[in-house]
Amino acid sequence: MGVGSFFTSKLDEAIGWARKYSIFQYPFVTACCGMEYMATACSHYDIDRFGAGLPRFSPRQADVLFVVGTISHKMAPVLKRIYDQMTEPKWVVAFGVCTCTGGFYDNYATVQGIDTIIPVDVYIPGCPPRPESVIDGLMKLQDRIAAQTQRY
Amino acid sequence: MSPEPIRRDFMLGEGAGTGAGPGADPNLHIGLGPAHPAMHGIIRIQTELDGEFIRKADVEIGYLHRAFEKDCEVGGYNNAIPYTDRLNYVSPLINNFAYASAVEKLLGIEVTERCQFIRTVMAEISRVCDHLTCIAATAMELGAFTVFLYMIKAREYLWELVEDVTGARLTISYGRVGGVKADLPDDFAPKMTMAFKETREVLDEIHRLLTGNRIFMDRMIGVGALSREETIAYAITGPMLRAVGVGYDVRRAQPHWAYDRVPWEVVTQKDGDNYARYLVRMAEMEQSMRIAEQALALMPGGPINVDFEGKAIDPAAYVDQGKQGKTEGLLLVPIRLSPNLQGQNRPLHDRVNTSDKHVVLPPKETTYGSIEGLMNHFMLIMEGYGIRPPQGEAYFASEGANGELGFYVVSDGGDRPYRVRCRPPCLPPLAALHRMIEGEQIADLIPTFGSVNMIGGELDR
Amino acid sequence: MPGAAILQRLRDRFGGAVVASHEHRGDATVVVERAALLDALRFCRDEPGLDFDVLMDLTAVDYSRYPGREDGPRFEVVYHLYSIARNHRVRVKTRVDEDDAAVPTAVDLWPIANWFEREVWDMFGVRFTGHPDLRRLLLYEEFVGHPLRKDYPINRRQPLIGPKV
Repeated sequence: MGVGSFFTSKLDEAIGWARKYSIFQYPFVTACCGMEYMATACSHYDIDRFGAGLPRFSPRQADVLFVVGTISHKMAPVLKRIYDQMTEPKWVVAFGVCTCTGGFYDNYATVQGIDTIIPVDVYIPGCPPRPESVIDGLMKLQDRIAAQTQRY
Repeated sequence: MSPEPIRRDFMLGEGAGTGAGPGADPNLHIGLGPAHPAMHGIIRIQTELDGEFIRKADVEIGYLHRAFEKDCEVGGYNNAIPYTDRLNYVSPLINNFAYASAVEKLLGIEVTERCQFIRTVMAEISRVCDHLTCIAATAMELGAFTVFLYMIKAREYLWELVEDVTGARLTISYGRVGGVKADLPDDFAPKMTMAFKETREVLDEIHRLLTGNRIFMDRMIGVGALSREETIAYAITGPMLRAVGVGYDVRRAQPHWAYDRVPWEVVTQKDGDNYARYLVRMAEMEQSMRIAEQALALMPGGPINVDFEGKAIDPAAYVDQGKQGKTEGLLLVPIRLSPNLQGQNRPLHDRVNTSDKHVVLPPKETTYGSIEGLMNHFMLIMEGYGIRPPQGEAYFASEGANGELGFYVVSDGGDRPYRVRCRPPCLPPLAALHRMIEGEQIADLIPTFGSVNMIGGELDR
Repeated sequence: MPGAAILQRLRDRFGGAVVASHEHRGDATVVVERAALLDALRFCRDEPGLDFDVLMDLTAVDYSRYPGREDGPRFEVVYHLYSIARNHRVRVKTRVDEDDAAVPTAVDLWPIANWFEREVWDMFGVRFTGHPDLRRLLLYEEFVGHPLRKDYPINRRQPLIGPKV
């Protein structure tokens, strides 16, 4: 209440602003969505201008887990392990309809949505999503990151 | 209840690499993948290292198994087309057309001339996209990030071209049994010229950046080589086979679509190492563009000259007229269709789809304007009806970007395929991968794996 | 060599072991008995004039729901062979029953058979006797059943972790 919470809320905003423009994503690329992820990350659509241009290929160094492409039941323990290895604060983006709900792979081999295994922050549907959708999802993720309050 | 996974230790095993004590394994066990930046798909390679050298490698696949073959049995023959897109997802048009051709072979029908040329043009554009992606990814892993950015830029131009034709950039579902979804748009030729011009400029730049580059050559020459006998014994086809000097290309050996009507060359190299595969792919891109340009120039059909009085009417008015019995000359009146049905009015439709009414949906004028057309449409769409090839089996081979892409389709006479088997062109190189990397250093695994061009969707289906 | 000639060579050499042969849609196909399978494949590979040096594909089909063949041998193991030098193809098939679903391995003839046979084991449950390492290729070891069999429902899930949604 009062002056103290003004400073912490301003600090929260500053930290949120800094975090949202320095996204180090772990692109957990499995399938066709990976091609659209590559297209979004490259010069034409360019997510580097959002501060998300540096993929970290180690979960220890990443803060956003982009799950790109179908997750099969064989791959699910690996995904969970990667998610567990990431340190807080971490966010998960379900990129592509296979990660949101399993897509049209309603069969014995496919996980019907990664939110059955790990918590998801932003869902980007599409098969594969157009780069504009990806950027829209990224911006929604940035809003979430910026709005996250810190626990002091 | 989910049991504790066995053999799934992604950490170093106990005692590995210590070399001390009885029974201790002196070799270091390192696992690459399944989540690894340099693995183009998800694959696990468990290596035993002696210093830097790989003594034994075990390759484990299946992390992207999505039950393609089982899913194809669930719906009709055209239902499998979106699943085939996602097989080799960097060159989806080739998969579509190869599957459609396999079913057409089973049916015993031929597609129209124009359709064959369209299939050739689009398949070659797809092949260029695939080789661009392969070389871009390989170069990126060797540190040449600029090459990756340039080649993806070129791929964007091609994808915009594909989007103009099919409506989507990547998973296009363009092929149909008996034809293609719609004809090429009117301004396709100048757009293709522009896209190829950009691609050729990029390839020129890449040649200057990579082909004579000391670092690239040192990392790729002599690495990952496979002898000619082994390549054949492992049923490896495609650029890897041509890199050892065997000039087998399905487009030349069993010509299909329009490949025998345009002049082009089969590209081969001698050494069979990663550098030879790179050179084969670069040269093949140029040949692909050559095929596409010549096929477009030779394409039959020409501009449509529709001779009609009055303007086009929309489908609702069409149906109303039909219902009221004002059918005189109705089928000749052009129809104004919504954009996602574009290409299904008669003049465009008949040019690219076979006229067999048991296989292909009728053009929209016929569907909306006559009862026979409506019934024909229903007989192909409704559950229990549809395309019904006679009992039998057929294998159709086409040249995918990685080699021979074969579809083996078995029909039981019903409207659903009884069995669809995709012969994956990148499975044999992966089966031989351990032969390519054993004896090499661990850092050589990266370019070797890149040159194999494993596509997870096709490998694991 | 035209398909009919290839089939004739095989029929001449193997006589009674050739159960059926046809050229439906231009694909030369021959069905041999399991006992003669390896000899037939070796003959195809080594015989001058045939020279089938490439095992293009090795797969299986489950005929238990095929109209007219529900009571016959359940699995048909299909080998697609190709000759680079002669540019001709042949399809060699053999039929096995469900309770005796075993076929001799072709690994000694073509090393690629290793992975193709592992996949057939994985998807259909057909064993390959003599195979050095017959384990699943595309699915995980904990998976129970063989999914491409006609009696495996497509969405019977066996997750390793997570709910059985």
